[in-house]
Amino acid sequence: MTKEELLSKLKTIIEPYVQNQDGFKNLSEDTDFIKDLEINSANLVDVALDVEDEFDIEIDNDAMEKMLTVKASIEVIQTKLATK
Amino acid sequence: MGNRRVVITGLGIVSPNGTIVSEFMSSIQKGKSGIRFIENLKQLKFSCQIAGYPIYSNSYLNNYFNSIQLKGLNASGMEYGVISGIDAWKDAGLEINQSNIPLWDAGVIFGTGILGVDKFREAIHKVDEGKVRRLGSNTVIQTMASGISAFLGGMLGCGNIVTTNSSACSTGTEAILMAYDRITNGKAEIILAGSTSDSGPYVWGGFDAMRILPYKYNDNPTEASRPMSATASGFVPGSGAGALVIESLESAQKRGATIYAEILGGHVNSGGQRNGGSMTAPNSEAVIQCITEAIRNSNINAEQIDAINGHLTATSKDSLEIQNWCTALNRKGDDFPYINSLKSLVGHCLAASGSIESVATVLQLKENFIFGNINCEDLHPDIATLVGRHKIPTDTLDYSPNIIAKASFGFGDVNACVIFKKYS
Repeated sequence: MTKEELLSKLKTIIEPYVQNQDGFKNLSEDTDFIKDLEINSANLVDVALDVEDEFDIEIDNDAMEKMLTVKASIEVIQTKLATK
Repeated sequence: MGNRRVVITGLGIVSPNGTIVSEFMSSIQKGKSGIRFIENLKQLKFSCQIAGYPIYSNSYLNNYFNSIQLKGLNASGMEYGVISGIDAWKDAGLEINQSNIPLWDAGVIFGTGILGVDKFREAIHKVDEGKVRRLGSNTVIQTMASGISAFLGGMLGCGNIVTTNSSACSTGTEAILMAYDRITNGKAEIILAGSTSDSGPYVWGGFDAMRILPYKYNDNPTEASRPMSATASGFVPGSGAGALVIESLESAQKRGATIYAEILGGHVNSGGQRNGGSMTAPNSEAVIQCITEAIRNSNINAEQIDAINGHLTATSKDSLEIQNWCTALNRKGDDFPYINSLKSLVGHCLAASGSIESVATVLQLKENFIFGNINCEDLHPDIATLVGRHKIPTDTLDYSPNIIAKASFGFGDVNACVIFKKYS
């Protein structure tokens, strides 16, 4: 899977949780889920579960804690996919 | 009771026979039942395979919940409560608070017996499979009892009391009185009061097991709920929600709000499960005391009550309830007020019954009618000796009531009685 494909899938996953649509329009690798997209911190758990379903991977607690930005999330997903 | 006058300025309903107030009113005036056969209950081997439950399309929820709230939503009581609550708020001419400042004078008191049973079932299966980490963030908020008041409080931005009361089948009526108390005592100006009850086999199953539901009407569901009838054979389970915006008269007048009715007073009490009272049966002395105290603190006489909206579930206790009303009011025969039971049309909506039935009661005051009772053409002989036949109308009456008493009674031997008056 290319990084672009991965990013596109990640965007689809996070979209329903986004509360700052401007932040979502300007989404980049540096986008922070809470600061830039105003995703409720409680919903970060749901983002991780949706990622698990989409990519058929399991995200442990340590990995989940890292998934606070687009860049970190892509790294986590790539790492988990590589070890599948 | 208190000092300030308290009125009702908004109504919302999610009933088995109507999910908007105008449709609900038309249904109760025409005697249209919301009780239906449910195939799933048959598959699950329920004795009673019928129930009253609200009908709407899934897309209807988009008008009330945002995409985050809708994700994984599996709590019918939450849906009913939110729909009725938001509708009542808008009906009262109130805006959704878009600012960052909570509405300090506005609160929510929205009761339930149990919330999000289907969501809880989902969670139980995952936990038992060792998948607790897969529950997601929405299990708690959909299954905590106060989830309904929390959702509504957040959607509306209320900054006064935001709570959920629970007292079995008197929950809805109790919520109205809690709101009344708080407003009349000057602690709030506006409270969204109501109650909700989930649908489904996991809510109704326990009652089916108690053998208190009718099981001979699976082929003709609309005839099953028979309050006050000689052939009453148990209550038909129901679900839904009712909501009322309760407001100080001062605040309502300042806003120029439409006033549906005034709340004169009321009372809640318990029979202590003594003297004939038990977990499931009422202590008549307490029922009578609840009604007489409601009348006393409303500063009216029993003779002024034009109509009663009873609890009247269609069990053997209906005759006892009528007897208790006769004693409490010291009225009988042709002198007895008109009396009706909404349960003939929608079943017993459990925790939601008090609020749904109060919406019906308030509509009668505002729109000048007494809705008819269906399925009691064969009046119970014990009731016939107590109340004149024409006081238990089987068709809707064109009549302008001034004061209506509404009572609800619940498991745990708890009672609630509220006195509504036409606003003038």
